[in-house]
Amino acid sequence: MLEFLQQLINGLSLGAIYALIALGYTMVYGIIMLINFAHGDIMMVGAYVGFFSIAVLGSNIFAALIFAMLSCAALGVLIEKIAYKPLRNSSRIAALITAIGVSLFLEYFTLFLLTPQQRVFPEAAFPLHKYQIGGLLVSNKDIFIFVLAVILMIALQYIIKRTRTGKAMRAVSLDREAAILMGISVDRTISITFAIGSSLAAAAGVMIGIYYNTINPLMGIIPGLKAFVAAVLGGIGIIPGAMVGGFLMGILETMVSGYGSTLYRDAVAFGVLILILLVKPTGLFGKDTGEKV
Amino acid sequence: MRVSRKLVLLVLMLFALGVLAGCSSKQEGGDKAGGDKAAVETIPVGINVELSGDLASYGSNSRNGMVLAIEEINQAGGVLGKELKAIERDCQSKPDEAMNNSAALVGEKVIAQLGPLTSGAVAGSTPVMMQNKTPLIAPAATAENVTVEEKTGKTLDYIFRVCYLDADQAKRMAEFALNDLKVKNAVIFGSTSDDYAKGLAKYFEEAFIAGGGEIVAKEGYVNGDKDFKATLTKLRSKNPEFIYVPGYYTEVALLIKQARDLDIKVPIGGGDGWDSPDMVKVAGVEALNNTYFANHYSVEDPSPTISSFVKAYEAKYKKLPDSFAALGYDSAKILAQAINDAGEADPAKVAQALAQIKDFPGITGTMSINEKHNPVKKIVVIEYKDGKLVSR
Repeated sequence: MLEFLQQLINGLSLGAIYALIALGYTMVYGIIMLINFAHGDIMMVGAYVGFFSIAVLGSNIFAALIFAMLSCAALGVLIEKIAYKPLRNSSRIAALITAIGVSLFLEYFTLFLLTPQQRVFPEAAFPLHKYQIGGLLVSNKDIFIFVLAVILMIALQYIIKRTRTGKAMRAVSLDREAAILMGISVDRTISITFAIGSSLAAAAGVMIGIYYNTINPLMGIIPGLKAFVAAVLGGIGIIPGAMVGGFLMGILETMVSGYGSTLYRDAVAFGVLILILLVKPTGLFGKDTGEKV
Repeated sequence: MRVSRKLVLLVLMLFALGVLAGCSSKQEGGDKAGGDKAAVETIPVGINVELSGDLASYGSNSRNGMVLAIEEINQAGGVLGKELKAIERDCQSKPDEAMNNSAALVGEKVIAQLGPLTSGAVAGSTPVMMQNKTPLIAPAATAENVTVEEKTGKTLDYIFRVCYLDADQAKRMAEFALNDLKVKNAVIFGSTSDDYAKGLAKYFEEAFIAGGGEIVAKEGYVNGDKDFKATLTKLRSKNPEFIYVPGYYTEVALLIKQARDLDIKVPIGGGDGWDSPDMVKVAGVEALNNTYFANHYSVEDPSPTISSFVKAYEAKYKKLPDSFAALGYDSAKILAQAINDAGEADPAKVAQALAQIKDFPGITGTMSINEKHNPVKKIVVIEYKDGKLVSR
């Protein structure tokens, strides 16, 4: 039982990372129906910005987090303006392929610029503390990453449900032409969407840096894909769905490794994706409106 | 017109012949002169390593070691009163290029070839060296079949190596765990994505059980994994006394850190894939205490032979010598010893002398060449102690 609870804690901290990435995925999809495959790589850029601001500028972890989020917000907007905006009225597949192109560009440009050598996140930026609670081991990193994911999700939910910008986002998502007619600036709304989504990715990137110590230019690929599965699992376009999907994914993987074998962990993760698409294509939280995916 | 054309052709042909003849005679003369000169002063040594391609860093470090050794030998008066002359070729990390280079080197009458580094490239060179009865010394090829004929198991007369085999290093770690750390059971948690780590896991298991130990669990990970906590939590409940982690430092460092985070305090061991300055940076000084790995040599070894080698290498190349550099150095030095033992610069005699080498004091250990042309040496086990490498 104790081992099961320990595995649950392992799963929750892994899941929190997936959830953070999945939030950005699902948000961009929710507004402009684009699966932004570059999302995982924006996360990687965020991790590098965080790394350099700690290692070179000597800032503390919170400043690094905010700096990474701001830079990636700008990067996200830039990518949208250059790569996606000209294709807004083209077929959806064109935008999707462009997203893959952007993803490869970010990966290999970073590889070229910063070499494939892995970088080590300075341990001193976030020293580890362990807590023993009735035989269970919890670290401050586990708690931080979990709390950060929950706070960001609540903030996001608030922005979308309670603010004017959020209202504009929902309007653009529902019917772009009608939104224009109502005087909503679609360009601006989409830019804000990308800014928020990318800054969430950056937060996830810095968290991965803190949690796993090492970062490299291709670190975004696998977590990006897993987070995509998490977003689909929860119902893509639905914010609480991404959160729940992320945690479920983390726990699932941990349990497969813990009680089965690491070797079929990824097979199970992607098997789940196929299963959902077959049984409930709209995801756990999705409503059958017939308009998604 | 016709006649003149024929004439021109004839003249041209004569001219061509003359040039060819001149050339060949000139070359002959040159060869003779060069040969005579070489017979007096230099013995050519082929260096055929990976200077470009995927494994360029291994190859160039090893080459640096070889060149340093040859320089030292020449400064100390050479061998048999002659200087060694290195002829370098880049095999581009490809077996077929290794073969072409060997053919070219044999054409230049080298006494022996040093390199290439990988078992695959050595296999490319092997047929050429065997045909021409010229010895090849592989610095770092660890596959089992490098020095023996695959089908018959017969030792190849002209192929040698100075590095240990993976089976040897896994066995050393198993014996170290049983005898020095006095553990009775162990778990294996290694990479399943490459033959190197899978081989180590297999050999460790065999040796550990043969030595009276018990393997209580076997787990695997995939290269590129970052989260090992789930499997470590599972292994923790088995209460192992030792964890063997065959793999490369990228994953191993994270794995060790996460194990210590989960309060797994038992000794952890592995192989030469751990050897990287990144280990301390990623895992941290404290987490690495009580971890051990088998390696070719330790750069921090205080013995005078090793420290003078390290100093000389650092002075020449402005960086610390890694295992490949040390093995390259040893391969050149052992060749010099064999030429001396043979008493004349004849490739076939040098091969015989190589097979007889006993107690050769190398940087990577004192070695004797056995009947399979593998070195028998005490493999060093390195302990991480407060971030420092300590030889055991």
